[in-house]
Amino acid sequence: MSSPAPAEAPGSEALPGGVLVLACGALARELATVVALNGLEHLHLQYLPAGLHNTPQLIPAAVEERLVAARGRYDQVLVGYGDCGTGGRLDAVLERHGAQRLPGSHCYEFFTGSAAFERLHDAEPTTFYVTDFLVRTFDRLVWRGLGLDRWPQLLDDYFGNYTRLVYLSQFPTPRLLAEAEQAADRLGLRFEHHPVGTGDVEPVLVSIGRRPLAAVTG
Amino acid sequence: MSDAPLDLSALPDDELVQQMHDDLYDGLADEVALGTQLLLDRGWSAQRVLGEALVEGMRIVGVDFRDGILFVPEVLLAANSMKAGMALLRPLLALTGAPRVGKVVLGTVKGDIHDIGKNLVAMMLEGAGFEVVDLGINIDVQAYIDALSEHQPDILGMSALLTTTMPYMKVVIDELTARGLREHYIVLVGGAPLNEEFSRAIGADAYCRDAAVAAETAQELMEARRELARAG
Repeated sequence: MSSPAPAEAPGSEALPGGVLVLACGALARELATVVALNGLEHLHLQYLPAGLHNTPQLIPAAVEERLVAARGRYDQVLVGYGDCGTGGRLDAVLERHGAQRLPGSHCYEFFTGSAAFERLHDAEPTTFYVTDFLVRTFDRLVWRGLGLDRWPQLLDDYFGNYTRLVYLSQFPTPRLLAEAEQAADRLGLRFEHHPVGTGDVEPVLVSIGRRPLAAVTG
Repeated sequence: MSDAPLDLSALPDDELVQQMHDDLYDGLADEVALGTQLLLDRGWSAQRVLGEALVEGMRIVGVDFRDGILFVPEVLLAANSMKAGMALLRPLLALTGAPRVGKVVLGTVKGDIHDIGKNLVAMMLEGAGFEVVDLGINIDVQAYIDALSEHQPDILGMSALLTTTMPYMKVVIDELTARGLREHYIVLVGGAPLNEEFSRAIGADAYCRDAAVAAETAQELMEARRELARAG
């Protein structure tokens, strides 16, 4: 999918120019780290609230609102979302606006890499995945988000079919590891740690960030 | 206002039913079970208790879920309350041999283990008078075909929560078509990432956006099928 042609020649002073990375807040820390590590500070990062994942039907409209606001101000927009349960509706929005998104259905998929994630999931479909972000926010987004603080009797309704929790870590620390293991314990699931890093995210950002403007917009 | 617990047995029928709707909405399983038993003791048929107290209460929950007033945890609590009432009614319904509206085989597709929505659909279909055969989760095409052959339902229901698993519904429908079985069944599909366009694209008969709609759609399509049979 290509972005719209720029109004003026690439590199022109008149161009507002640049690349906008419009991403889910769940990726904020990881994207900022990749940007810093690779000297990509010229990429403009914007985030939407990570809590939208609890209402995926609202994601396409929220993204579209930002894309409309960004129109004409950037040469390219990369949307830092997977399909994220939108059933293709997010892709329809992106197509209308000539934007592209990261490959994969969910953030844990593009952090892992699609092929590796598929193998992992096929081996045990009854797996609940967490990333660094989800470990940090487990209590707020998962435990309290699902109402388990108030109604622990619902645990089986939510997680009765799951057997393991896999921590797909980006930048693990002993504290994150311990918290991930605690999360598995609270859910009654077997714990596994797979250090996957930033997977497909880093090469995509680096590729976009280092490409000459003509290639980016072409 | 008194803080004394409400004595359900002191309420007349209409107020008791209203109170059961409220208790179901609030996820008070013990109270819903008690109300169910009280209505049965007063001579209500199991069918009437089911329809007027439980299904109607759950319908209200469904509307408020659709409108964003209630969220998944509250709906689950309400569903578990309805289950508590259903546990009392189910043996009676079986005994009375009340005519069934139709038969449904239902399951979450291969690769997908999410069943909250499917379980709600099963409950609402049962409440609407359908016989429900719930195959569970991670159901592959052969298991669906075997179940259809064994149970001879009117309706096949498939559920998926993942974008990656929803295309499997087409695998099942295509297999039914290949075996010349597609027209034997009404095929309903549902799940968060689905929509009507997807449903049409894969050749299902209808997309059901929630459990209440699934029960309504199943009834409408069964009636349409009967009309067609009568006309034919």
